Amino acid sequence: MPLVQSISTSIAGHIEKIREINRRYATSRIQMSTTVRVALLALRLYLLFLVGLLAFKFITVLTQ
Amino acid sequence: MNFITRLYYQYRRAWKAVMLYLVISGPGLVVMIADNDAGGITTYAATGARYGYNLIWFLIILIPVAYYIQEMTVRLGAVTKRGHAEAIFDGFGSFWGWFSLIDLMLVDWLTLVTEFIGMTAAMRIFGIPDWLTILAVCLLMGIIVINGRYWTWEKIALAFCFFNLIYIPAAFMVGPSARQIVREGLVPNFPGGLNGDMFFFLMANIGTTIAPWMLFFQQSSVVDKGMTEKDIPWGRADTFIGSLVTVIVAIFIVVLTGTVLSGVEINDAGQASAALWEKDRYVGAMMAIGLFDAGLLGAICISLASSWAFGEIFGWAHSLNAKIKEAPWFYANYFFTLITAGLIVLIPGAPLVVITLFVQVVAVTLLPAALVFLILLLNDEPTMGEFCNTFSQNIIGGTIVVTIIVLSTCYGLSALFPNLFV
Repeated sequence: MPLVQSISTSIAGHIEKIREINRRYATSRIQMSTTVRVALLALRLYLLFLVGLLAFKFITVLTQ
Repeated sequence: MNFITRLYYQYRRAWKAVMLYLVISGPGLVVMIADNDAGGITTYAATGARYGYNLIWFLIILIPVAYYIQEMTVRLGAVTKRGHAEAIFDGFGSFWGWFSLIDLMLVDWLTLVTEFIGMTAAMRIFGIPDWLTILAVCLLMGIIVINGRYWTWEKIALAFCFFNLIYIPAAFMVGPSARQIVREGLVPNFPGGLNGDMFFFLMANIGTTIAPWMLFFQQSSVVDKGMTEKDIPWGRADTFIGSLVTVIVAIFIVVLTGTVLSGVEINDAGQASAALWEKDRYVGAMMAIGLFDAGLLGAICISLASSWAFGEIFGWAHSLNAKIKEAPWFYANYFFTLITAGLIVLIPGAPLVVITLFVQVVAVTLLPAALVFLILLLNDEPTMGEFCNTFSQNIIGGTIVVTIIVLSTCYGLSALFPNLFV
């Protein structure tokens, strides 16, 4: 029981730490100029494209 | 007399500059030479065996490519005193921060597995079992960091960098034709045309020159070393010499396999070492030692890149100047990554080929993001001040970044869909 308690305390501590990090970096400090916005949008689209390809590959492998 | 006095004065000045360089040097040299890791050695060995000396000119082009990218991490680290992970969190918020951190952890761990694959393959040639290699490497890497001083770690890492030069005498030992190297290697050409196979090799060479962990490692290393704005010129020199050395070593590997293994299909550097061993035991042994050293250097840098990044974000003590008691999470992360990656290689029937291919795919998700963030952060005038990217730096850096993104994406896709560019 003490082991379970210490593990749950440790996990709770880590979750709280992650929340604190999210609060600390809630807003981006860099000035959101048009160039930055376009670059981040392009990056999002690029990553979505890659995730789509990975999913496609995964499904192809599974159905073969 | 006046001439001798002036000569002596110049000598003293040059000597002081060299000594100062030796104090400041480190992050650039280590990261660049560690870039010739087990995967890199495989790529260069395969390039030489497949195309002989014909792609040497392409490797020379990679000197400024590597320099321009890594130089930006020196400036960013020296000015902000933050590692790349922390700079991303701070600059772009937690979404992009977590994305980069988790992706980095995954890429680093997978790459670390490939370093162990290379090291065990190299030592197998000398009859050393895999478990002993992995145990020895983990112990050695523990001893390197355990002393609690960045300076000592860096100098040991530089000593290992020295062994990377073993390919130079090895290439001379096989007696390549200098005239043939100049005639075939220094004139841009694509033997057999710019077909799918050639494109794959070009992409592989670029992919191995700029890896995501390098950006995170060098910036954190600059911060841990305590470099400031006034050290930037030395950091630049260090990075340039490093990029020069790494490409020179790569060229000698191409010369070595291009001379002895021309026409042989090479799938990994361990196979290249074994094939060289068959032809000349000394050269084969040198190739294997170089491969082991490359894997070790890669492992040293990659495991640190993750630990630094986690320490920066979670606020743990994260310096090699701290003892284990002072930075337990930093060292726990370091050893956890190291030991688990080593153990994977020992699992009978582990999908090591799949892991090697998967590294390329996952790296493709992180590299473009890390490079785009790098350029954007270098243009953040309120933070960077006079060290902000100039117009010409943006043109050069932007062109390189776009080229790397396109080619590394194609490389990653070719790993996913092998017949895509055929």
